[in-house]
Amino acid sequence: MIEIKGLTKKYGSFVALDHFELSIGDGVVCGFVGANGAGKSTIFSILATLLSPTAGDATIHGKSVTRDPAEIRKVIGYMPDFFGVYDQLKADEYLDFYGASYGIPAEKRKVLIPELLELVNLTDKRYEYVDLLSRGMKQRLCLARSLIHDPKVLILDEPASGLDPRARVEMRDILKHLKSMGKTILISSHILPELSEMCDEIVVIDRGKLIAHGHVESIQAQLQGDKRIKVKVVDQLDAARAFFEEDPFISGIELQEDKKEISFTYKGSDEEQVELLRKALLSNIPVYSLNVEEKDLEDVFMAITKGAYE
Amino acid sequence: MHQRFSNPVLMKELKLRFRAFKSFSGLMFYLILLFIFVGGFLSVYTQFTGTGFFRPSESFIMFSVISVLQMALVMFITPGLTAGAISSEREKQTLNILLTTTQSSTQIIIGKLLSSIAFLILLLIAGLPLYSIVFLFGGVSPTQLITIFLFYLLTVIAIGSIGIMFSTITKKTIVSMIATYGAMIFLGAVTAFFFFVGFSLDRIPGGMPTTPIGGPTPSSPITFFWAAINPGALMLTILFPEMGNELANLTNISFPNWIVYLIFYSLITVICLFIAIRKLRANMRHNR
Repeated sequence: MIEIKGLTKKYGSFVALDHFELSIGDGVVCGFVGANGAGKSTIFSILATLLSPTAGDATIHGKSVTRDPAEIRKVIGYMPDFFGVYDQLKADEYLDFYGASYGIPAEKRKVLIPELLELVNLTDKRYEYVDLLSRGMKQRLCLARSLIHDPKVLILDEPASGLDPRARVEMRDILKHLKSMGKTILISSHILPELSEMCDEIVVIDRGKLIAHGHVESIQAQLQGDKRIKVKVVDQLDAARAFFEEDPFISGIELQEDKKEISFTYKGSDEEQVELLRKALLSNIPVYSLNVEEKDLEDVFMAITKGAYE
Repeated sequence: MHQRFSNPVLMKELKLRFRAFKSFSGLMFYLILLFIFVGGFLSVYTQFTGTGFFRPSESFIMFSVISVLQMALVMFITPGLTAGAISSEREKQTLNILLTTTQSSTQIIIGKLLSSIAFLILLLIAGLPLYSIVFLFGGVSPTQLITIFLFYLLTVIAIGSIGIMFSTITKKTIVSMIATYGAMIFLGAVTAFFFFVGFSLDRIPGGMPTTPIGGPTPSSPITFFWAAINPGALMLTILFPEMGNELANLTNISFPNWIVYLIFYSLITVICLFIAIRKLRANMRHNR
């Protein structure tokens, strides 16, 4: 269980985090969404015991990040957004060094390292120098490194940044596997569709403030309240327009004559939407398709942060 | 037990240092420099004939000069090895990851210091065969050699600690390097300058208290202090004990200057390491 209470971080007059409150359950994969400078990395740095908050506190499994940082380090695996590797060190030596840094006995490390390399598909790179690996491989190796002490909580700051599509897919598959292992994962990313696919919960941050937190579906549904519907007709575009204008739940009608398409904002329920379609067909409006515009996490993010910017 | 005393940073640093080509090239140039000097010295004293005599007293001069040269080389190399210990990790973006491991700040700092010192000890040991040439001709006691090496060790640890401290409190390696070389110049040259200035000022009539008529004018304790903490001065008093007596006469302080040196450099080491350990996790209140 991760509890964040009144977390505030100020750099002079700049407020990076403003009384941030959050609670994340065990085994949950929680995606952090926010623009650059929104405060995601600041939260992650505080949770990773790299930064002290100006006010407030956070606890991971009951231990405070400010009072018991040494205990926190035992239960978290941290992957920063930017990281370097040591020259002249091979992949297995890299993991061995961090394993030793977590106090894992040498005998256990010998067993763990091949397993971790296999998990991140780097078995064949075991004896390669780390600085010669590709970016995607380094990212995966860093992920393996963050897992070496079998942490309960993973804090991954932009783990897929700068990766090509193939490397992103590979990273996503590994994270899905970790999710199935029951790890609590905190992950930030700019690639929102990926987050919505693998996260149980989403946290939207803007300017250091919590804008929204909840299940991916509930946040999306929150936004779907005013859904946008596109109706395509074979002909009789004007008649169709006249028909839809009469509906009390419809507003913001737009016509695209070349596409024979009408789009509008609909405030009715799903049942009322069925009724609308039935009435249109009974009124001989030649509707051949009706689509509700799906709003993905990107739309959610844009819509939610819009208010904050204004 | 082994687990408790193992230091992963030390082991990793040793591995990386001894894998790097620059370590071996550095060692090679260091030995070449010493060899050129010893060879040149022998050639000059035997008048380039190879059949000339080399007296024990000359052997002692060679020992003295090699010791001073080695001291200068070690003092010059130490900041280069330690001043980037932490700042280079910061620049390479590996420090944050290291700080999230369960290693304590003390373990990390001590590991960094010991790995640098280990390399410097290797340099000193690698230079021993050249020292053995001195023993070939006699004139130097093993005690003197051991004393000199212990003195090197103390100086290296102290300057290394200064380097580690600057490396921890500054963000850039170049700044840390300049600050460490500055501190080294202060200890090696500025203290000598202060000693001579103090010594001269003390000789100005009416400037300082005087002894009864006929005796030498004693210098102030501060002047003695500048001489006592100067590595060159200590080296000379180890090699030529009569110079130590001369310093005692000049300053009227018969306290052995090596004790002052030992206390001062031990204090520097402890203070610098303490600051480095406290500042390593500067962004955390509980910086352990």
